[in-house]
Amino acid sequence: MLPPKSSWSPSATVEILQTRAKLMAGIRDFFSKRQVLEVETPLLSHGTITDPHIQAIPALFIGAEKKTVFLQTSPEYAMKRLLAADVGAIYQICKAFRQGEIGKLHNPEFTLLEWYRPGFDHHDLMDEMSDLLQCILQTKPIVRLSYHEIFETYLKINPHTASFVELAICAEKNQVDMVSDLSDRNAWLNLLLSHCIEPHLGQENPVFVYDFPASQAALAKIRPENPPVASRFELYFKGVELANGFHELLDAKEQRKRFEADLLFRKQQGLGASSIDERFLAALEKGLPDCAGVALGIDRLMMLALGCPSIKEAMSFHFEHA
Amino acid sequence: MTVYTTNEIRNGMKVMIDGDPCVILANEFVKPGKGQAFNRIKIRNLKTGRVVERTYKSGDSLDGADVVDIDAQFLYSDGMHWHFMSSETYEQYLMSEAEVADTKLWLKEQAECLLTLWNGTPLAVTPPIFITLKIVETDPGVRGDTSGGGGKPAKLETGAVVRVPLFVQEGELVKVDTRTGEYVSRAKE
Repeated sequence: MLPPKSSWSPSATVEILQTRAKLMAGIRDFFSKRQVLEVETPLLSHGTITDPHIQAIPALFIGAEKKTVFLQTSPEYAMKRLLAADVGAIYQICKAFRQGEIGKLHNPEFTLLEWYRPGFDHHDLMDEMSDLLQCILQTKPIVRLSYHEIFETYLKINPHTASFVELAICAEKNQVDMVSDLSDRNAWLNLLLSHCIEPHLGQENPVFVYDFPASQAALAKIRPENPPVASRFELYFKGVELANGFHELLDAKEQRKRFEADLLFRKQQGLGASSIDERFLAALEKGLPDCAGVALGIDRLMMLALGCPSIKEAMSFHFEHA
Repeated sequence: MTVYTTNEIRNGMKVMIDGDPCVILANEFVKPGKGQAFNRIKIRNLKTGRVVERTYKSGDSLDGADVVDIDAQFLYSDGMHWHFMSSETYEQYLMSEAEVADTKLWLKEQAECLLTLWNGTPLAVTPPIFITLKIVETDPGVRGDTSGGGGKPAKLETGAVVRVPLFVQEGELVKVDTRTGEYVSRAKE
């Protein structure tokens, strides 16, 4: 329910805003000392993502003609276009927007810290992220566990080989009563991860989960091992997903194939249509330096650092107060 | 029939789950950054009182349940059925002993209650928070004890048994909190 229109007050306290500002300054200082360049990229873009589980918020631009443009869901494509222009190591703190996402850990408008490191792979970037968190939040050292390991530890199941039915039985055994029809194996894996594993992750030391199934590679390189795994990682702290990173896919042809697969999946599942961002693909064709990149949710980080019950209390005005 | 999608679901809404009317207690949006979004919904079954948790794909829909609360007066019980009358329409409703369940211990004739109707049929009855009932049976208290510490059991005219202070006697009226089943004070007619 929306608060009354006359409710003008912020959702965060002044103390929280001051601490937030201090942490932001700490982040900028961290990158400045390491000669990582701060950049800004458009929040309003002509293109958007194909990712089936992320929907962009459209906006209407009225110029010579009316055109639907999109609030960016992440600065990833624009930042990679900068990398293709040989800008070197870059970071950005910006707003990102996602349609329909609202809850204890979601706000349709949120703040991301995203950075890219030419010459790094995903493990090098995990090292740097670990330094950042210990530097600004004094966290304990970050533990690394593979996607395979967390499923074996918490659910005694192999996420790479388990069948559809085995995943469904596993959910049932763990008191997850799934009502909807999940026709996609990755959806079952996401259900188990979010409901049964995530709450346990990072309760003491923050945890990096790495080497995701190839079917969840997104924009990460896939390594042809047995089974093939994606050079993708996520950070979990106190049961909350905080960051997602990749050893970035550089192959424009492979990238186009993944985009086309996304579009097909969207069509099959009756999700909204989208289109391929050709400017991003053109940058990949020109060539990107070998690099790793990661995006970290700043509001969630603040929420955990400040002991807030939800992200609402960590931002000046959450969506219902905006 | 109203249909709600998972993002319209709010606490207190009544929906149909497994053919039973249920009330929403919590609706949590769960979404891995790159994965399928889910809604974890906590519900209480209004027929059985059981609380369960269900997960839906975000965007899926649930049927609304035609559940309304009306003000009603408890008329009488014939031993088989408990009879109520709508305070607004004067329409009469009846509930079986199993349906009124433990609430029967707090139903006194002419009491104003809240009747929960599902498709026009009573599902549950909520008695007034405070009711005044007569003590029909209790041990005589110890003379001079006015502290109320300890207390003793007293049987009320509806059959309910509550702990009352030692100085309260058989035949007296007491005010009781029906939410906790606890004695509040002595009362006058």
